Amino acid sequence: MNPIFAILAGVTVGAAVAAMALRNLVHSVLCLTVSLVGLALLYLRLGAEFAGFVQILVYVGAVAILIMFAVLLTRGGEAPPGRIANAPWSGLAVAAAVFAMIAWAIARSPALRGMAKDPAQPPLSVKAIGDKLTGDLVLPLQVVALLLTAALVGGVVIAMSEKETE
Amino acid sequence: MASLDQIFVALKDWLVAFVPVALQPLAGALLSIVAIMAVFPGIFALTTVVERKLLARFQNRPGPNRVGIPLTKIRLAGFGQFAADGIKSLTKEDIVPRNADRIVHFVAPFVLVAPAFLSLSVVPVGRNMAALDFRETGLLFFFAVGAATELSVFMAGWSSRNKYSLLGAMRGIAQMLSYELPLILSSLVVVMMAGTLSLATIAERQSGVQWGVVHSWHVFTPWGFAGFLIFLTAACAESNRTPFDLPEAESELVAGYFTEYSGFKFALFFLGEYLGMFAISGVAITLFLGGWNAPFTFLDWVPSWMWFFGKLVGFILFFIWLRATLPRLRVDQLMDLAWKFMLPMSLVNLVVAGVWHLAASWPHLLRWPLCVAILALPYWLLSRGFQTRFKTRTYRFAEESRPAPATAAAGP
Amino acid sequence: MTPYLIVSALLFSIGFAGVLTRRNAILVLVGVELMLNAANLNFVAFWRHGPNPAALDGVMFVVFAIAVAAAEAAVGLALVIAIHRHCRSGNVDEASGMKG
Repeated sequence: MNPIFAILAGVTVGAAVAAMALRNLVHSVLCLTVSLVGLALLYLRLGAEFAGFVQILVYVGAVAILIMFAVLLTRGGEAPPGRIANAPWSGLAVAAAVFAMIAWAIARSPALRGMAKDPAQPPLSVKAIGDKLTGDLVLPLQVVALLLTAALVGGVVIAMSEKETE
Repeated sequence: MASLDQIFVALKDWLVAFVPVALQPLAGALLSIVAIMAVFPGIFALTTVVERKLLARFQNRPGPNRVGIPLTKIRLAGFGQFAADGIKSLTKEDIVPRNADRIVHFVAPFVLVAPAFLSLSVVPVGRNMAALDFRETGLLFFFAVGAATELSVFMAGWSSRNKYSLLGAMRGIAQMLSYELPLILSSLVVVMMAGTLSLATIAERQSGVQWGVVHSWHVFTPWGFAGFLIFLTAACAESNRTPFDLPEAESELVAGYFTEYSGFKFALFFLGEYLGMFAISGVAITLFLGGWNAPFTFLDWVPSWMWFFGKLVGFILFFIWLRATLPRLRVDQLMDLAWKFMLPMSLVNLVVAGVWHLAASWPHLLRWPLCVAILALPYWLLSRGFQTRFKTRTYRFAEESRPAPATAAAGP
Repeated sequence: MTPYLIVSALLFSIGFAGVLTRRNAILVLVGVELMLNAANLNFVAFWRHGPNPAALDGVMFVVFAIAVAAAEAAVGLALVIAIHRHCRSGNVDEASGMKG
């Protein structure tokens, strides 16, 4: 295995574990951010430059900050006392079983064995992505725009103070 | 003159040729890193002195004029000040608040400085002189890396366990998120017209000639001019400069999110802020002001990197001038400006760019007034039109605004 | 190819474990984000190693998934804030009553 890949994968997975295991919510979200940056770097290694930078722009620049705001608005800045998890062992057992099943499927898959070990870098031009978005995928693009608008309005309405409706 | 233009590129090639072939890409990257790490902090050091001296001049006082070369009588008009400041900040005690979150508090300044260097590395500072050239995603890389700034601001503000820090961080993040939209939308116009995200290609594209002797900078078009103004305002807000310096307003929040930093870490925050300003100015130059191109064709003999750094110095002086001139905005005014004025204007500007592109074959006398009209009408409506129509502007003074006790009890 | 899939499976399981066990609603959302991103990694890996990378299907799917995930996070966090305001708690198991 390539050492750069090993480091990136280790950081990504380790940060994800920390994000799920830490007591303090802000630390969790910071670890999530590290994990998402690690994933973006994995995309870069796979040759998907555009997807990697979009991942950093959206997740680090917007989603992580959004979660931070939610943490602070719900008074989650301090480490909570008491239990942080419900039935941790059974939950972990189920998750481990899921992982074991996926890993078994990956190991047994005949389709994966037929794939090239390290195929040539496919051309990924932003122009092609743009053509695709305004050509074949123009309807999904419009739907996503509608979805984002709906999410924006819905988020504001849900989080708005309840006083006005009372 | 072509040799002087490419002197740094030639120097790098000459130096890289000394190492074995297998290590040459690594050596080239290292040299670029060393150049960026030397040049931009150098400009930062000079900028701190120039800023202090110019602000002093604006306020009719002399400013720092003592520190020169030690043990001699040479004063250099105070330009030794940055060395004294640097030594001072390095030797000062590093104070961490007792309740602070130590790890996050320690990491925050590095999360600010490292992306600032990264974003500087994609800016083409001269012909063939971009350290990192992403042919496909250059501008996207710049904005993606800039996203880390918000994270650093949050980390610094939250980990300090100080109300000034947290308020400053919250203000800063709200401001940066709001102004990122007009910033990205106004640079999108250039991407639309240039058809590429590579900053080097965008700079090269502006070396064409129009009106006889003028290089075709994007700022010399209606969409480019409007985009440049929006970008400049948003850049000012992104780099937390006055009049948008609410996150670190000295008179309200001590120093905002880095109140609880001292010594070297404070200096790192300072460095990171200025590097961010240089990077965003560099991108503004590349997108709108022709990058390393001369304004007129008869000035082409001046080396390209000199044009870039000249424009950069112009930007720095402009920002200092703004700081000395304009008062600080209120938070609600800041948000109003971003969401109710700059965002709609940058969307209108996208339409203008489309019209300009479709009307490419029209005569200039028709194309220009049409695009200017599309821009001017929303400008008037958004700035004055809606307000004069629906409400008259009122001025409140201290005596009048004091409410009667009865109404104060029933207030919100 | 296989290492990427294993990393993706690990991320998915970690996120899944978090969703199942953590009490705080925000961390449940964080777990969902991790699971979504694990799926995205699979898309990119299969795009790179798949039979027809020029069609860009995997990358397009990731771009759309990121946009949808952003919308999901916004609405989800608004819900968390509303629940917190209503129940004075950010824990999922305390928001179980149907009565307002």
